Amino acid sequence: MLPTPSTTHVCFDRVYEPAEDSYLLLDTLSSPSEISFLHNRFPAPSTNDAHADSPAPLVLEVGVGSGVVLAFVAANAHTLFGRNDVLTLGTDLNRYACDAAAQTVRHAVTAPASSVNLDIVIADLATAIRPRSVDVFIFNPPYVPDELPDFSRHETYNTTTTMGKSAAFERDSYLLRLSYAGGEEGMVVTNRMLEQIPEILSSRGVGYLLLCAQNKPEEVKKTIRAWAPGWMAETVGTSGKKAGWEKLQIVRIWRDDTC
Amino acid sequence: MKLLTLNFLTCAIKTCKSTPASFPLHPRDAELEIAETDLNLAFLKSILARLLWPELRTICSEFGLPTLPESRPEPADLVDPDSSEGEEESPSQTARDLHRVLLETCMREGKLVCGNCGHEYAVKEGVANFLLPAHLV
Repeated sequence: MLPTPSTTHVCFDRVYEPAEDSYLLLDTLSSPSEISFLHNRFPAPSTNDAHADSPAPLVLEVGVGSGVVLAFVAANAHTLFGRNDVLTLGTDLNRYACDAAAQTVRHAVTAPASSVNLDIVIADLATAIRPRSVDVFIFNPPYVPDELPDFSRHETYNTTTTMGKSAAFERDSYLLRLSYAGGEEGMVVTNRMLEQIPEILSSRGVGYLLLCAQNKPEEVKKTIRAWAPGWMAETVGTSGKKAGWEKLQIVRIWRDDTC
Repeated sequence: MKLLTLNFLTCAIKTCKSTPASFPLHPRDAELEIAETDLNLAFLKSILARLLWPELRTICSEFGLPTLPESRPEPADLVDPDSSEGEEESPSQTARDLHRVLLETCMREGKLVCGNCGHEYAVKEGVANFLLPAHLV
């Protein structure tokens, strides 16, 4: 089993603590079937001339939180992709998460490195990412069917470092709510993200999206397959089986142009 | 924030993305710093094809950095021609320059400006902020 990156430096009062969903992503990405899929999708260039055909893959994780998933990919890039030139990039709305995740990746990647971490930037989903540049997209969304927080004080919460005890408590509750509350059916944020996926993915791009049972994963997959001919969506990882229901699952989203 | 990161970022405003002027974002009042890292030759060769070269040259000159060659180097240009056969390849001066610019030169403070709408994104303590005020979302 590949090591789980350490997140002991992260303040979990205001940054999402790695949980069953995070670990399901780690297990799925490092499962034999996904390793084989990624190796085939992103073959390592064998000669100088081959670099142009299969250049360095860019991995984008949206909503990195503690950074445990991105750090896992960065640290184990050679095992997952069979190559040493993987680029990683992360975004989060929460400034504290961006700082924490950058540190998690730095700690996890040891020399000789098989990946280069670009940066973790403060952003809303993938709105600041150049179209068609992402090869591997990873998203553990706020999926709980629960009311979205009030965004009106977001900037203040992100930029003010000193505040009274009760204000700090409110800030922390707000930031944690951002990390789990997904609005109606837990799908409000995920639906916004799904709209951006066809635009940001490269032609060889693949996405890994975590869903819970209340998100109606079968309907989500149907929607994706209806985007345009060639779009595929399959469940490639599950956890928490209860009477035939998967509590959590990972859906792989990709385009197969041979279809 | 590394200069290489700018190769993958654009204005967050939806209507800007379809216009070529929204890429690259232009640095303003930038404070740079150097963070040294190990040079990975295989990685540099592999990243070449991903670089939007003319735009990268523009950013470099806007930062006041040494001018990059007019055309994108080929993977073979990154290998020192004096590397003796059979031994591990060593990086050429071009590879070292590229490594310096893309991976070691970081933007610490300043703004990134969209060439289409003029919106300014702040970079503070090395972290860029692409969140938009509510009326622009």
